[in-house]
Parts: sequence; C-alpha cells; structure tokens
Amino acid sequence: MIKDQEYLKSKASYCLDLAKKLGATDVSVTVGNSISETVNFRNKVLDESNRSDSLAMGIETYIGKKKSSISSSNLLDENLKILIEKCIETTKITPEDEYNSLPDKDLLAKNIKDLNLYDQSHIENDKKIDYLKELEEAASDNKKIINTESSFTQDKSNFISANSDGFCNGYKTSTFTASCVTVAKDESSMERDYEFTSKRHLNDLMSPSDLGKTAAEQTLKKLSPKKIGSDKISIIFDKRISKSFLSSFAGAISSSSIARGTSFLKDKINQQIFSNTINIVDKPDLIKGMGSKYFDSEGVKSETLSLVTEGILKNYLVDTYYGKKLNLKSNGRSGGSTNLYLENGKVSYEELLKSSPKILYVTETIGHGTNLVTGDYSVGATGFLVEEGEFKYPVNEITIAGNFNDMFKRITLANDLEFKYTVNAPTMMIDGMTVAGK
Amino acid sequence: MSNFFDKSDLTRKDVDKIVSETLKNCDDGELYFEDSKSESILLDDNKIKSSNYSSDLGFGFRAISNEVVAYSHSNEISKDALNNSAKNLQSTLKSIKGTYNHEIPKTNNKFYDDINPIEQKSLDAKLDVLNKVNDYLRKKDSTVKQVTASFSGEQKSIEIIRSGGEALTDVRPLIRFNVSVMLEKNGRKETGVYGIGGRQSYDEYLKNDNWKNVCEEALRIASVNLDSKPAPAGEMKVVLGPGWPAILIHEAIGHGLEGDFNRKKTSAFHDLMGEKVASDGVTIVDDGTIDKRRGSLTIDDEGTPTERTVLIENGILKNFMQDRLNARLMNTRSTGSGRRENYKHIVLPRMRNTMMLSGKQTQDEMIKSVDKGIFAVSFGGGQVDITSGKFVFNCTEAYEINNGKIGSPIKGATLIGDGPSILKEVSMVGNDMMMDPGIGTCGKAGQGVPVGVAQPSILINKMTVGGTKL
Repeated sequence: MIKDQEYLKSKASYCLDLAKKLGATDVSVTVGNSISETVNFRNKVLDESNRSDSLAMGIETYIGKKKSSISSSNLLDENLKILIEKCIETTKITPEDEYNSLPDKDLLAKNIKDLNLYDQSHIENDKKIDYLKELEEAASDNKKIINTESSFTQDKSNFISANSDGFCNGYKTSTFTASCVTVAKDESSMERDYEFTSKRHLNDLMSPSDLGKTAAEQTLKKLSPKKIGSDKISIIFDKRISKSFLSSFAGAISSSSIARGTSFLKDKINQQIFSNTINIVDKPDLIKGMGSKYFDSEGVKSETLSLVTEGILKNYLVDTYYGKKLNLKSNGRSGGSTNLYLENGKVSYEELLKSSPKILYVTETIGHGTNLVTGDYSVGATGFLVEEGEFKYPVNEITIAGNFNDMFKRITLANDLEFKYTVNAPTMMIDGMTVAGK
Repeated sequence: MSNFFDKSDLTRKDVDKIVSETLKNCDDGELYFEDSKSESILLDDNKIKSSNYSSDLGFGFRAISNEVVAYSHSNEISKDALNNSAKNLQSTLKSIKGTYNHEIPKTNNKFYDDINPIEQKSLDAKLDVLNKVNDYLRKKDSTVKQVTASFSGEQKSIEIIRSGGEALTDVRPLIRFNVSVMLEKNGRKETGVYGIGGRQSYDEYLKNDNWKNVCEEALRIASVNLDSKPAPAGEMKVVLGPGWPAILIHEAIGHGLEGDFNRKKTSAFHDLMGEKVASDGVTIVDDGTIDKRRGSLTIDDEGTPTERTVLIENGILKNFMQDRLNARLMNTRSTGSGRRENYKHIVLPRMRNTMMLSGKQTQDEMIKSVDKGIFAVSFGGGQVDITSGKFVFNCTEAYEINNGKIGSPIKGATLIGDGPSILKEVSMVGNDMMMDPGIGTCGKAGQGVPVGVAQPSILINKMTVGGTKL
C-alpha cells in the first residue's frame, strides 16, 4: 500500500519545523511515495516482473534571499536531521539571489475539485499476465512477426507539497499502462513498431487484442522500406510525432528559456508566430487527464491558459523565480505544461492526405536534433510515401530538416485530436521542409 | 564504505539467510545495496542558480529462473521490507526450478580510488571556480550573452550479496565539470558546450587553471557556429574527427552488439558472429579497465570484474557484450558488462568505454581525398533503432569539404546511416586515436549510465547528411 497523507504530512512537517528551528526564514518541502508493479512478456511467456517502492523527499531552505536544496530517499528522522543541517549550512554560504522566494501567498491553490485522477482498483500480476497473453496472441498472428514484447504497469503515487507560508496539500494519482513492441521480418528487412495505451483508470484501457493487432499491423506495414531522393516536399506528421513540436514549443516559451534569452521565441509575445488558424491551450483540469494538476510544483493554482490564439503568442509558462525576473506573475506552470494541446483544424485526416499529390508521412523520428536557441530542427525519420492520398510504400534512412520560425507558419491541421498523452496534437502537415535521402 | 544494515533491524546473518532461501531454486540473482551521495552546483545567468545535495539509499533484490527475471526494490532497509521483496520474487517464480549458478570471477585490480569527491573540495572553492568562469567568459568576448557552468559529483558505494553469503563491494567516484556559453551577434544566437570529467577528484581535472581551457573550447565552438551556413542535404563523404565523434561507433555498432538484443534476435547483428562486418583495419573494443575513465568499473553491477572485450577485430565480428543472464542463455561468459543506473533498475548488458583503435592514415590524407563532403568535429546526442539498424547523430561542429580543403562551418545537421553497413564504408582509419573528455551518458530502456568513447579520425565513403540546402 502506498503511504497515506498522514504519514507524508508528518514527514513534511518534521522537515519544515526542523529547518525553521535551524535558522531557515522560508522552507518548502515535497514528500512522495510511489509504488509501481510491472509484468513483462516476451514471445508469449513471462519475461520479467518488477516491483518498485520509492519514497522521496526534497527540501528547499531559504535564509533571506539565499537558497539551497537537498533530496533524499532515506526518510528516517535521524538521516533527515543530518541532511537538513547540511542544507542550512550550504544555504548560509550560497550567494544571495534577489529573485529567490516562495510563491505569492494569494496565488497558492485553495479550492480543489475532484478530477478523478485516482483509481483504487488493483490489478494482480496474474490478471496482468492474462491481459498480456491475449495481447501477444493477437500480435503474433502473422508469421512475419518474429518477436513480441509487451508490458503492463500499474503505478500509484501519493505526495504532499508544503511550505512555511502554510501551504500543505497533496493527492493520489494512478496510471495504468499496457504496451506492445513487435518485430517483423521479411527477405530484405527487419522492422519494429509499437502501440500503447495509458490511462488514469484501469477500465479505460484499450482491449488487449486491439492493442496487439494494432502494433503488429503498424510493424508489418514498415517491411521492405525504400530510401527516397533528397527533395523539398510536404510532410505529414502522424499524431505520435506532431505532439513533439508542441513539446518543443512549450520548452521555448518556459519562463526560464525566455528570461535567460536562450529561446528562439524570446521577445515574440503578442506576435504572430503560427498561421492564424492555430490555437494552443494548456488545460490543467481535464477529468482523468494524463497531465491534469490541481496546482504546480510550487503549490500555485493552475488555470486554463491560452498560449496561442489565432497564431499569436499570448502567454509564457511562468513559475515564481523567472516570473519575478520577467516581472510577471506565476501562472502555475512551475514544472511545465499540464494537458497541452493544439485545437483541431478544419480538414479531415483523409482530406489532409489528398491535399498534395506527393507527401512524406512520418511515423517515427530519431535523434535529438531540436535546437531551441535557434529553432533549427533536423532529425532522422521513417514513414511512408503517400501519392494522391494513397499509402504507396514505407520509407527510411532519411532526414528531415527546417527551422521552427518558418515551419510553425506552414502548419495545416486535421480535425482528429484525441487526448492520449499529456501533450496532444491532431495530424499535422508542414509544407516546404527539406528531406535528405539518397 | 557504507555499512548498509547498521541503522536497521537487520544483521548480516539475517540478510544472508533471506538471500539464500529466496534464491535456492533459482538460476541466478543477488541482493544489491546502494548508497549514493551526489551534488550539483550550477551557475547560470550571472548567479549561483542552485546548489543541490542528494543522498539515496536502497536495495534491489533479483531472482532469475531460466529467462524469467523477478525484481523488487525499495528504499526502506528493514527486515519487513526485505521479506516483502522476497515474497514478491517467490510469487513470480512460484512454479519454477533452477540451479543456482554461483561462480563469479575475482579481481584484485582497482581502476579508481575509494574517494568522495564531494568532500574533497569545499563548496566555497567550487563557487569560486564557477564565478571565475562567468567573469572570464563575459570579459573575454562582448558577444557572450549567457554563461552556464556546473559541477556535478557523486560517490556511489555498492554491495552485492549472493546466495551463500558471498559479498562484493565497490566504491565509485564520478565528477563532471561543464561550461556552456551562448553568443549573440547581428541577431543570431549560437551555443557552445564543453565538459570534462571522470572517476577522480575535481582538482585532478582543474589543476593549472584547466577551467580556462574548458571555457576557451566552449567559446571556440560557439564562435564557429556563429559563422555557420546551412548544411548540405544528401549522400556524401564524411570525415569524422578523433575522440568524441566515436559516439557514432557507440550508436551505430555498440548497441547492436549488446547481448540482450542478440539473444532476442532483435539486433541487426544477431546472425553475423564471425562474419565480416567492417572494412579491413577496423578494430573495436569495449574496455572497462582504463584507469579513472568515466566508463570504467572495477566490477560491474553483478560483481563480475570488467575487461577489455574485443568486439570487432580487423573487420570480423568477435564478441557481444554480456551480462550474466544473457551469457548463460547464450552459452558464453559474462564480459563484465552487466550495469544498472541504480538500485531501482534491473541489470542490462551495457557499454563501458567503446573504442575504435588507431590505423595508419593521417587526417590530412582523408580531407585531401574528398571532393565534396563534410568534416564533423563534434556531436551532440545520437540514437539508434536496433532492429532496422538505422542510427542518427547531430553535429555541433562541422565544416564543408570542397576539393580536398576544409571550407565554411555548417549548421547543426543530423547524419543518418545504417549500423550493419556503415563500418564497411570506412575507407581510411587515422593514426590519431583520442579518448573523449569524459562526458558521455548512455541511455537504454530508461536507464542512464556513464560511458566513454574513443576513436581516430576516419573517412566514411557514404552517409546521408540532413541539412536544408539541396
């Protein structure tokens, strides 16, 4: 069983009281416990079971404008005492920083409405095994599938966040995840692909046979890929990938990147950075949302935020420290975005496929080719060539490149948004990017 | 050395008994204790931005029967917690019978000292160096708009307890010093990053004001990039510089030679043992025994002493990297490559210091032989798809080559290639092998472990360069 609120609160207040006693003027503490149980299958037999029980605490102590922090997984009072003493000593010799402070008291979260983020059902390992058996049966139906690996995880977490201004709150969350990776082989190639389902509630998971079938189909489609020539063509990004541009965007508008001047979107507030059909929203209070939060990592209430409206950048993601530096109030985004999404476009998925006679449809990218300072983007890609709306053949060993400043203005979105991840986008087309191939 | 039980209700006898009882019908397994202390001190934006200290203690209990691994970890060290874990393992392996494979080789070699680098340099002294870095760079060049510098250090003590009471211990220091600088000129911004580190005290790396050299290198890379132009797109010849660019070897070849992917036959290399996979003259080793290097280990995380494993010898595939589980199932021996990020993770076969050895040619000869291509000096990260064999990495410093001469710097492009065939495209191997500066972290299955790489300059006949200029 995960530790209850009472236990976590008692540890948090022990830390708060001790740090104050030792000379801290302000303190913030987080104490959490998570228990995760995973079963892995491979080629229809049990491969691994893994149980993880993690306790963790982190404390930040302030003496005026001086600040230092420690973290530990050893929550014995005796150990905490040694660490907090060390933290206070370090704080004393750390230089002052005028922007160091706890969040404004009036921004702290007070009323909390239930978002249904915790499912108390517990799935025993034997039941996970049943699910995975059915999944792998479905996944290995085709003889070209030579390897299947699947996994089922139940995660339960509880935490308390507290500070010396009286904030003390926390809540339980659960996540159930099943995934399947399949490898297919033919005479000339070996390819891998995957599918997964991840939900706050057990009953909302995809059925095991659908999951296995989808993974296998996606893998089989990739067999015998070709390399295409270098070209400037329209690229459609599958929903798996389109969301990654939104993650990069979120990184570039974090108050730390803006304040430090290391973002290609610095000084772009209230300017047109996307075409005027684009709207981006961050919504923390989605029922059962994978990214839902009642408050941010500093205890500041999070409310729905329109980041981009009709292509115009309206807000940054602001925390307390960099907010002070930028002369902005925290909008409860310490720790980043919550449920971030691009609103639906006007055309259907099918219409998007037909919108150009020759399109590269990208289903996977590899590499870390995103530079948030310059906006330059260059990654390896695999996918399919689409001609006249029809998938013709799989493509690999190519790269795609462009610059976000330019790419963002050439986005066309389909109307197929779904909330599968914490960051979500519809299928996306971008014109005029460079494909490097043979 | 930590005593893992002195603050708990456990005695060594209790622990031995629980371990032996739990593992008696298993093929392998162990109880792994870990106590780590780490710090990170960061200067950013003209200020000491954070000073963090962390202490982590926990155990991971593993039982293996045939191919099935049961694992349970906790950071509560008590009789109850250990018994709960044992019960958990037994419930996974309830109907399984194995024979405990006990034998583990021994070593007297040590590749680093039992030091705690955090305690060896005072916080004041560390803050002083960081402030000097900031002042030095900002005074040196008016285009410097942002400086980030950091120290990170750790000491990790481990103890492995095997069935029958055998105990193996190791104390592992690790540090890293890093400088990143951003320049802005005519509205254009570029960054340069450089770092150094390994398994010694901070001062070993910082003597003779060596921090200045780190600053200069970061500044040089950023300045080069300020003048860079768009990279070409398409297939062309590529010359790789010595040292850190060996992450190409790590991504393209290294991961595909890890035992687990080959046992599961998901690696593009699984049926190529003894075959020619690289040009003549290409020899690649994975070495855990180099003194004080970032990727070195006295014993791996299963207790096996590390070694110098020859992976490819003169073009022929000779060995995979193995942990005990994959070695047993593939009828071979562990190469001391069993590693885990920490007690929260299972052991996987991983790289240590992966190196391509020197050949006979010079870098000059390589450049002169290229009509049109690129010269890649440094890289950011890389990634590989084990199954298809395709890998990428991102240039952070690269130049055009035109008619045998190095030309303008080019913007960060991605290079993409095919792992099983890339080494056959190596047409020259340089005489200038160099180790990387000690900064690599390799990610696999969500676990990061410190690694090293090394190589001489090499010429690759054909790779796809992912620029924007057609």
